[in-house]
Amino acid sequence: MEASAPNAFAALAYLISGVLFILALRGLSSPATSRRGNRFGIIGMTIAVVTTLLTHAIASLPEIAVALAIGGGIGWFTARKIAMTDMPQLVAAFHSLVGMAAVLVGWSAYLNPVAFGIAGADGLIHTQSRIEMGLGIAIGAITFSGSVIAFLKLAGKMSGAPIQLPFRHVINLGTLLGIIGLVGYFTQDQSLWVIAVVTGLSFLIGFLLIIPIGGADMPVVVSMLNSYSGWAAAAMGFTLHNTAMIITGALVGSSGAILSYIMCKAMNRSFLSVIAGGFGAVADTSGGAAKEQRPWKRGSAEDAAFLLKEAENVIIIPGYGMAVAQAQHALREMGDQLKAHGVNVKYAIHPVAGRMPGHMNVLLAEANVPYDEVFELEDINSEFAQADVAFIIGANDVVNPAAKSDKSSPIYGMPVFDVDKAKTVMFIKRSMSGVGYSGVDNDVFYMDQTMMLLADAKKMVEDIIKALAH
Amino acid sequence: MEFISILSIFVMACFVGYYVVWSVTPALHTPLMAVTNAISSVIVVGALIAAAASGSASSKWLGLGAVVLASVNIFGGFAVTARMLAMYKKKEKK
Repeated sequence: MEASAPNAFAALAYLISGVLFILALRGLSSPATSRRGNRFGIIGMTIAVVTTLLTHAIASLPEIAVALAIGGGIGWFTARKIAMTDMPQLVAAFHSLVGMAAVLVGWSAYLNPVAFGIAGADGLIHTQSRIEMGLGIAIGAITFSGSVIAFLKLAGKMSGAPIQLPFRHVINLGTLLGIIGLVGYFTQDQSLWVIAVVTGLSFLIGFLLIIPIGGADMPVVVSMLNSYSGWAAAAMGFTLHNTAMIITGALVGSSGAILSYIMCKAMNRSFLSVIAGGFGAVADTSGGAAKEQRPWKRGSAEDAAFLLKEAENVIIIPGYGMAVAQAQHALREMGDQLKAHGVNVKYAIHPVAGRMPGHMNVLLAEANVPYDEVFELEDINSEFAQADVAFIIGANDVVNPAAKSDKSSPIYGMPVFDVDKAKTVMFIKRSMSGVGYSGVDNDVFYMDQTMMLLADAKKMVEDIIKALAH
Repeated sequence: MEFISILSIFVMACFVGYYVVWSVTPALHTPLMAVTNAISSVIVVGALIAAAASGSASSKWLGLGAVVLASVNIFGGFAVTARMLAMYKKKEKK
């Protein structure tokens, strides 16, 4: 059987896969339906794979079975073992695989176009297919190298600080134009060197794009790469005329784009400024200015426990520091103890807390915090006026009032928690020296009602738990 | 299939994606990324076509490589999503 135009059965099956993938995402509208959604996704993927195997003449079944088993085994094992705090780098690693797979598929389509039904009898690839293939490979390669850098930064294997090359905007723009020009030229000349240079330049620009972006902008980067991996799949779907790939690619592409938008909005930064990088550089100049010493109060675990026990409403604000310290389990235990004392405990999560969208929610869920005690910024921000204690653990910029008042601040305009309205603010921090990712000083440290709890987040929470037991 | 019908499917799917993703609760944004990751590995379809076809040895091996990468993502993506989703629990009613 010639593998060209897919038959009606296959087209229908791919459509069903596509619909099941839509339902998989739809399920995520609430935790209650999400597990069923995930099963829809699995069924959709199974249908797509089985259909492909049934409708194509297979010259190498054993090899394919081995490839599936190796990949599946690695994936399954990793998914079982990975710590929830390592989720951002796992997702980045997965993005890189989609990108690389797209590059490999694009290349095999280039080398064997007849098998994909995209070439005439003379072996010349259709013009339209060349554009789709070129773009697919380019997007895939950008996704790959960008995700590898994101992975290295998130996993701490590479400095999270922005690395800024001179003339990088010129270099980036030139590389991008080079890729587009070469894809255009590819329609005229299907020589190997053209597609090879497109691939090489795309790897390069993925690398160059992510290198200058710093740690706290990672939620945007991860979302953006998520989006790219979708567009890469969609471009390959165009090349292969495959509805399942096109629908999925479009879904994933828009999903990542929307998440990037939400993240940018939550930082009040434009997408372009994040991509252009250089947040750290701006902060260096302002943060480097001489700071006057201002008085602040240090509290002990016992002081904190006493106040927490007496409180009626406590709002806990977790941030990336909680993830680093792995303090989520201790935090939940503290919450339980407080609830036993009749305290009303709520958790407040900023959209950009952590290193990827929803990062804090997953960690709290892991620690068995019920999801109906966890609130989004806009849903809880009005409640700080009634809160007796705002308990900040590992967060900093998301509670900085400078975002509301100081026009010169790099984080000006970012929506923040109104912790200054709470009766008491407890701020867990390693030391007074670090001032958050943005490098901006935080007035919350010096407020009359603020108690600084200087210690490792996990240790401090455990000490508070001990003190609560007395 | 004609280009215009493929393009129509693509554009419609973008709109569906737009509305479906806005309805995802922010608490599930990390599982959303994991599951989109898993489903974007539907690119395995292309990899399988390449791996299955006879005619070009290098194309076949590239395809097999892509099958390995994509299946890491499929199994890993769905498994890690399931693991995360299993953790989201409501308050126990007493």
